Amino acid sequence: MIRIMSLLDAFESGKNLCAYCEQEQITMAEAMIRREIAMGELSRDQILAEMKKNLDVMREAIRRGLEEHVESVSRLSGGEAMRLFRYAKYEPFSGGNTCRAAASAMAVVEVNAAMGQIVAAPTAGASGILPGVLLECGIKRNWTDEQLVQGLFCAGAVGLLFAQNATISGADGGCQAETGVGSAMASAAIVELSGGTPEQALDAAAMTIKNILGLVCDPVAGLVECPCIKRNALGAANALLCADMTLCGITSLIPFDEVVAAMLAVGHDMRKEYRETAMGGLAATPTGKAVAAKVRRFQEYEKNNATF
Amino acid sequence: MENFSVFDIVGPRMTGPSSSHTAGAARIALMARRIINREIREVNFTLYGSFAETGRGHGTDKALIAGILGFEPDDPRIRDAYEYAKERGVLVNIIMSDEPTRHPNTVKIEACDEDDRWTEVKGESIGGGNILITEIDHLEVELSGDYPTLIIRHHDEPGVIAEVSHVLAQLRVNIAFMRVFRHGRGEDAYMCIETDTEVTEGMQEIIRQLCKSIRQLIAV
Repeated sequence: MIRIMSLLDAFESGKNLCAYCEQEQITMAEAMIRREIAMGELSRDQILAEMKKNLDVMREAIRRGLEEHVESVSRLSGGEAMRLFRYAKYEPFSGGNTCRAAASAMAVVEVNAAMGQIVAAPTAGASGILPGVLLECGIKRNWTDEQLVQGLFCAGAVGLLFAQNATISGADGGCQAETGVGSAMASAAIVELSGGTPEQALDAAAMTIKNILGLVCDPVAGLVECPCIKRNALGAANALLCADMTLCGITSLIPFDEVVAAMLAVGHDMRKEYRETAMGGLAATPTGKAVAAKVRRFQEYEKNNATF
Repeated sequence: MENFSVFDIVGPRMTGPSSSHTAGAARIALMARRIINREIREVNFTLYGSFAETGRGHGTDKALIAGILGFEPDDPRIRDAYEYAKERGVLVNIIMSDEPTRHPNTVKIEACDEDDRWTEVKGESIGGGNILITEIDHLEVELSGDYPTLIIRHHDEPGVIAEVSHVLAQLRVNIAFMRVFRHGRGEDAYMCIETDTEVTEGMQEIIRQLCKSIRQLIAV
């Protein structure tokens, strides 16, 4: 007996999603669009137009971060993305493509810290990886905006599986749930845009998470800056590497759905110090604490000198 | 949160740096502005928990001011919210509190409108830019802002809830979620109705005229 997979069940798990795509002969991006239409709020054209707006904001955030002088409100960050991007010309060890994708990812998070406009992917703290990877690969492969929008839907499908079956919140599951998931989303998107199957895309996503499983969320002074910005750079590199591994035929021994479950279990085993409370890890180092104290003093000063 | 949209995952578009401390804060204040539905002259924000601890570094204060001025969470003007408040003559006071609250990201908004009337709204930023309005003028409510919402203040007596839901059915407006609250038996009561489709101005007027018990209707 052949079991017919409905759109409703398709997003229950990675396994279901692959079966649905196989049955309908469609990409994960198309499955994501169909689910969104089925939710009934918007038409296909409106959904595509809405995602195109996200792509435009992503592109502009990268441009700003790489071309303008951005500085965060706390004055802890800004300008490093631009530095790495320029350096990418000089045969970097990580390769020009990786270096530029990482720099673009950092650019978005620097703009975020400077109170600029970004698109959460899946969160603001992990907002650089998906645009950094997708747009850099788009330039390399000459992908059109229509293709890039498809990539964003594919990324959305993968992120949705994490959101429903695990978590995409650092307060709930640590950094693995934020930059880890952002990285998994980006990796799957470029695999699918390169002609990979849904299984391959999810294998790439599974490998990115396996590589950083257990990564803690330990923001210095509680701000989305250190180590978040550089972890977005790592997330971009991780996504590219896992996509390449998948596309050359390497598979993940542990299936996607089991990796998602493992991530949640590890996240919930983390003490609260490692889940966005700024009480553990790098935030609790002597330098981390000193920086936090400095930021607090600066904020007090600003408060006392505010007009109101 | 069961039913995620793809735009909850790749999105929302927002002004940084934090979905909970910036975008969520802006949404709470924007909801408060819609609830008050009048020009605001003066506003006190009391920040609790993590909002109070790391709020300024995350621009929570600016996001709150921007929201009360009517800016959306993706508005780049959030960064310069203090200047916009000054330009519009809105008096702003930010208070950091160390009082414990149910949720770490909580804010109390007390706003004085052009008729010198004070309204108090309490909200929580529950993650990923999602929010919950938990109190309006000391009355416990639960509003997510994800759906068009009607807040109806009425006299607590039999039949009012039935009448309102009946009219909505006739207008082909589907109720997604509905909660009722009251101060005490026979006193002021509130209905919070979240609907799938917008309740137009015309429909709002029909509900307002429905019966004498309905004292106030706010569409958010």
